[in-house]
Amino acid sequence: MPEFFTNFVDSVVAYWFSLPAMIQYLGTTLFKILILTVGVILCVAFSTYFERKVIGSMQARVGPNRVGPLGLLQPFADVFKLLFKEVIVPSQSSKFIFVIAPLLSLTPALAAWAVIPMNNWFVIADINAGLLYVLALTSVGVYGVILAGWATNSKYALLGAMRSAAQIVAYEIAMGFALVGVLMAAGSLNIGEIVNAQAGGVSQWFLLPLFPLFVVYWIAGVAETNRAPFDVAEGESEIVAGFHVEYSGVAFALFFLAEYANMILISTLTAVFFLGGWASPFEGWTFLNDISWLAWLTAGGLHWLFIKMCVFMYTFFWLRATFPRYRYDQIMRLGWKVFIPVTIVWIAVEGVMVWFQVGPWAGMGG
Amino acid sequence: MMLHSILFYVFAAIMFGAALGVILSRNPVHAVMFLVFTFFNAAILWLLAEAEFLAIVLVLVYVGAVMVLFLFVVMMLEVDIEAAKRGLTRYAPLGIALALVMAIELINVIWLRGQGEESTAGFAVTPEGYSNTEALGAVLYTEHVYSFEIAAVILLLAIIAAITLTMRKRPGLKVQNIAKQVAVRAKDRIRVVKMDAEKKQ
Repeated sequence: MPEFFTNFVDSVVAYWFSLPAMIQYLGTTLFKILILTVGVILCVAFSTYFERKVIGSMQARVGPNRVGPLGLLQPFADVFKLLFKEVIVPSQSSKFIFVIAPLLSLTPALAAWAVIPMNNWFVIADINAGLLYVLALTSVGVYGVILAGWATNSKYALLGAMRSAAQIVAYEIAMGFALVGVLMAAGSLNIGEIVNAQAGGVSQWFLLPLFPLFVVYWIAGVAETNRAPFDVAEGESEIVAGFHVEYSGVAFALFFLAEYANMILISTLTAVFFLGGWASPFEGWTFLNDISWLAWLTAGGLHWLFIKMCVFMYTFFWLRATFPRYRYDQIMRLGWKVFIPVTIVWIAVEGVMVWFQVGPWAGMGG
Repeated sequence: MMLHSILFYVFAAIMFGAALGVILSRNPVHAVMFLVFTFFNAAILWLLAEAEFLAIVLVLVYVGAVMVLFLFVVMMLEVDIEAAKRGLTRYAPLGIALALVMAIELINVIWLRGQGEESTAGFAVTPEGYSNTEALGAVLYTEHVYSFEIAAVILLLAIIAAITLTMRKRPGLKVQNIAKQVAVRAKDRIRVVKMDAEKKQ
C-alpha cells in the first residue's frame, strides 16, 4: 500500500510539472489565495473569542467558557447560529443593493491581503505600487457601509452610514499622509522593500524616527475600522446598530467578518509599516543562535508578524474596554485639526532629516 | 497576445455597459454606483496597459474619495424625476453639441493620429524591473515640477474659494471652546464630600 501511495504521489507531481507554465502559475496563486483567506477567516473567528476573553478579564468576568475546552469552540457555535438564522430583507428596501452591500465591505478587506508579505517569500502579488494598492482598497471598503445604510431605507441606518462616511473620509487623509512618511523613509512603494528597509533589529524600525506618524496611523486605523472609541457608525446607545440595524443572519455575519478582517488588516499593516513586519526584533543578537531552542527568536518569519499583529489586536480590545465613545464633533476635530497638521509637520521634519542624513538616513548617498 | 485582447474587449464591453447604466438608470444612487463600476473597469484597462500607478490612483482618488462624497450628496437629494424630464428638451441640443465635440476629438485621436506610426505599434512591452510609479515620479518632480505645483496651488485655491462661498456666519451661534473644555480638571466640576454612611441616632 505505501508503495502504491508513493507511486500515486509521484504521478500527481509529474502531471503537475507537465502542465503549461501558465496553468501552474494560476494553480499556485489560487492555492496561496486559499491558504491566506482561510488563515484570515480563522484569525477572525478566534479574535472574537480573544476579544470576549480580554474584555471579560478587564471587567472581572470569565468570558465564554462553555463550548469546547476553555470555550475555544465558541466562535464556531456563533457562526453556525448566524448561518441558520433567517435573512430578512425589509420590504421598503432597495433589495439588490441591500444584498450586495455586505459583500462590498468584505471583498476589499480580504483583497488587500494580496500585497502583504508574510515572510521573505510568501506574497501573492509582489507589485511595485503595493502601498497605494492597500490605501485604495481600504478606502473602497466604505461603500459597503454607505450603501447598506441607504438601501435599508431606515433613518437610523442612514444616520450611521453618514457618520461612518464622513469619519472614514476624514481619517483617510491623515492615514495617507502618515504613509507618505513611511514611503519617504523606505524609498519604495513595494511593501516587501519597506520591510527589508527595516531589517536589522528594533533600532532600524520606523517606529522611532516616525513615532508621531505611527501614533497617527494607528489611531486613524482604529477610526477607519469603526471600532470603539470611534464606533459612532454603530452607536448602539443612540442609533441602535447604525448601518446594519436591519441585517440578520448571514448578511450580518458578513459585516462582522469584514469588520474583524479590517481590524486584523490594520494591525498587520501597522506592524509592517512601523515594526518591521516579519523581521525579528533580535536580529543581529548572534549569541542567541548558540542556544538551539532560542534560534527562532533571531529568525524573521510569519511568527514575528503574527506576534506583532496580536499585540495590536489586543490594543484594539483594550481601547474598547477602556474608553467611552467619542462625541461626533470631537472625532471630526481630532481628524482634521490635530492629525493632519501633525502628519504635515512630521513629513517636513522628516524631509530635513533626510536632507541632513540624520537617524536611519545616516550614511546614505545623496 | 491573444489573451490580452480578449481581456481588453471583455472589460471594455463591461465598461461600456456600465457607462450606459450611468445615464439610463432612473435612481441617482444606482447611477453613481454604475459610475463607480465604470471607474473600476477603466482601472483594469489601465492595468492591462501596464500603467499600474494610474490604475491604482484612479481607484484611490475617484472611487475612494470623490465618488464617496458624490454618493453622500446624491443620497441626501430628493430627486424629482418629473422635473428632470421637463428639462430634457431644453438641454438636449446643448447635450448633443457637447457629445459631437467629444466624438470628433476622440476620432481625431484614434483615427487621424493612427495614420501616422506612433499609435499603431500598440503598447511597448516594458522591460523587467521597470517601475511605472518611479518613472512617473522622476519626470513629475524634475521636468514638470512647475506645472505640478501650479496645479496643486490651483486646487488649494478652489478649496478655499468653495469654503468661503458656502460659509455663512449666523448670529447667535453657540460654539464650544475646545481649549477650555480640554483644560477642565475634575476638581473644578465635582466636589467629593466625605460623610458617614448613616446618621447617629
